[in-house]
Amino acid sequence: MSTSAAPGLVVSAEQRKRARSLGIAYLVLAVVCFTIFTRRTGDAGFRISESSQFTLPAQGFGWALGIVLIAIAAGQLLRGFGKLSNVVLALATAAFFMSFMAWAAAGDSFSFVGMLQDTVSRSVPITLGAVAGILSERSGVINISIEGMLLASACTSAIGASLTNLWLGTLVGILTGVALAAILAVMSIRYKVDQVIVGFAINFFALGVTSFISFRVLVPNRDTMNNLLPVMPIRIPLFADIPFFGQILFDQTIFVYFSFATVALATWGLYRTKWGLRTRAIGEYPRAAGTLGVDVNKLRYRNLLLAGAVAGIGGAWWPIGIVGRFDQNITNGRGFIALAAVIFGRWHPVGALCGALVFALAEAVRLKIGNFDTGIPSEFLIMAPYLVTLVVVAGFIGASRAPKAAGQPYEDQ
Amino acid sequence: MSETLKSLRFTLLAVVAALFVSAFIIVITDIEALGDGNLGKAFATVGRAYWGLFKGSFGSLRAISNTITGATPLLLAGLAVSAAFKAGLFNIGATGQMLAGAVTGLFVGFAFQLPPIIHVPFALLASAAGGAAFGAIPGVLKARTGAHEVITTIMLNGIASFTVLWLLKTELFKREGRDDAISKFVEDSAKLPKLFGFMGNRIDLLAHSGFIVALLATLAFWWLLRKTTLGFEMQATGFNQEAARYAGMRTKSLMVTSMAIAGAFAGLAGGSEVLGLYGYASATVAGDIGFDAIAVALLGRSTPIGTLVSALLFGALQAGGRQMQVDTDVPIDLIIVLRALIVMFIAAPLLVKAMFRIRGEATSFGQTFRGWGG
Repeated sequence: MSTSAAPGLVVSAEQRKRARSLGIAYLVLAVVCFTIFTRRTGDAGFRISESSQFTLPAQGFGWALGIVLIAIAAGQLLRGFGKLSNVVLALATAAFFMSFMAWAAAGDSFSFVGMLQDTVSRSVPITLGAVAGILSERSGVINISIEGMLLASACTSAIGASLTNLWLGTLVGILTGVALAAILAVMSIRYKVDQVIVGFAINFFALGVTSFISFRVLVPNRDTMNNLLPVMPIRIPLFADIPFFGQILFDQTIFVYFSFATVALATWGLYRTKWGLRTRAIGEYPRAAGTLGVDVNKLRYRNLLLAGAVAGIGGAWWPIGIVGRFDQNITNGRGFIALAAVIFGRWHPVGALCGALVFALAEAVRLKIGNFDTGIPSEFLIMAPYLVTLVVVAGFIGASRAPKAAGQPYEDQ
Repeated sequence: MSETLKSLRFTLLAVVAALFVSAFIIVITDIEALGDGNLGKAFATVGRAYWGLFKGSFGSLRAISNTITGATPLLLAGLAVSAAFKAGLFNIGATGQMLAGAVTGLFVGFAFQLPPIIHVPFALLASAAGGAAFGAIPGVLKARTGAHEVITTIMLNGIASFTVLWLLKTELFKREGRDDAISKFVEDSAKLPKLFGFMGNRIDLLAHSGFIVALLATLAFWWLLRKTTLGFEMQATGFNQEAARYAGMRTKSLMVTSMAIAGAFAGLAGGSEVLGLYGYASATVAGDIGFDAIAVALLGRSTPIGTLVSALLFGALQAGGRQMQVDTDVPIDLIIVLRALIVMFIAAPLLVKAMFRIRGEATSFGQTFRGWGG
């Protein structure tokens, strides 16, 4: 049984190290199951539609999962799972998550499908911000200013939509994102300013100007300039009737569909088109691309403006997609989470989407289990998204390689 | 023209350009005056706002004291960002490190009863140690797993904020009779002496000797960079990690040490706020200082003297901004805009040159942060 599995077995020192830490991680999860998840008795109801639900016995599930996790850990440490190791990891994580929810909701029930629906909705600005980051960084410009772009377009689109309609409001948000991206582009390409400095200056600028406008203009004119009805969800016929998944994926606002479409389009564009090849080339080795006739700076300008437009729609999500108004610093650091999602996803749109979903899920869980009396202080629940991201990044993502030329201005010769 | 004069001229022009753009923002947001077509009134507001800005930052002893008070944590936290930049690391985590230092300094401040001559240094040391320990975490994570410090420091900020929020409500830290996140007061013996204490008991002069601690820390940073092997190795790693490793430097342990040093500076910032300004800790003790500190370090090009000057400038803007808000109806948020514009214009000498039609070479700056690869 040993040699036949050879191709799948761990080989390099790094892989062996990763396999070992995975095994230890499984053991830790098992300990959590035994010591915490078995503490509360009662069944937890997971509602998966308006009328149906499934129940998990919190305590029994905790014990069972703990034992399974120990078996998995033993398997991982003794001989590894080879090619299946990521599948095992995904299944174990999902089961652990279910056990956690069962523990939190023991003796009660909650809308499982609603929570996941909320997750997808909340991932929108992070995903779009991350795609904006990827578009800039793949072309070789570090984009720290995602937060500023989101915040500024949230503000202007709220004003625009209050004064006119939702479409024009969104357009105003897009233009705002493009305008800030233009500042980033001109400063870093034309004037060769340190890209991190411009990015941070844009963040401060956006924070300052939007707070300023909020106090000086929006507060006195709340009803006319900062008051709108956000968009309603659109049910996609047929797809929305798929049990469980239909409600999560196909009964959402237009922002969600746009966000998924953007990820798909960006992935296809970056890896399947001439534009994508050139974009990746100017981010990795602009000199070579330039020698072969690519107008490096022109393409950088274009991609940055595109990134600004994508971030602009991400910012418009707050007033137009969910809240219906602008509040001071409404983004509250989501742009930095998007930046983290870029690195988390290794500069790949799908990876960034996963990062955004992880963070959004942790946030949705926090909102949900805030209703249950679990005995955990609420501060620790609020901190969960940060903790989860930290653990995932430190434990499973590790080092990631950035586009090589990100941060360096290009000079024609 | 000498280099110093030239860069001074660019700095002045950058400030002028920033004030000009901000004036424009004040005017176009004065909806009432614009609606009446009363441009004169809008421009008068600009004049009164800027006069308030000056009066509140340098116009009196109290104003100067406020400037120093504002500059103290900005300088210490700015050093935290600068120190990491020097080692090629981007420390967005000054907020979390400040909170860690604030809590440890606070604990030593109320839990012990010692003569001031021992208590003050002990409490400051505790806050530096708390900040260093918390700051070392992203360093360790990067060295061990390769996790990027931009992600880990952002996440640790969130973790620190909510941990402190919880901690301040525990029996150990909670103030008697309060249910919100407000801590006990530190012992008088742990309080940093007021800077202008010799002028009698004027309670409106808030400046405290945390400023002296900050100046000493700046000196220590300079000494570290210029006179020590560790400082040299930090900068070599920041300049080119591969080359530094090839030259035999232990870049991974340098990563941890650099982040710990950065954390110690930020911890002192938190400690000096608790021990010098407030006398207690609340959940908002770090405020936006950790974030502003990034601008301070960027503006100061991560050098000791540059960080000092930009912290003083930002402290002055903050003190003046409050006066401005009182004197006119211009919100204090304008100073965030001003800071952003100053950073932008100072970083872009080519742009300032073009705006003011200056001929000749602009003083150019090197890069702060060498991309994500480290």
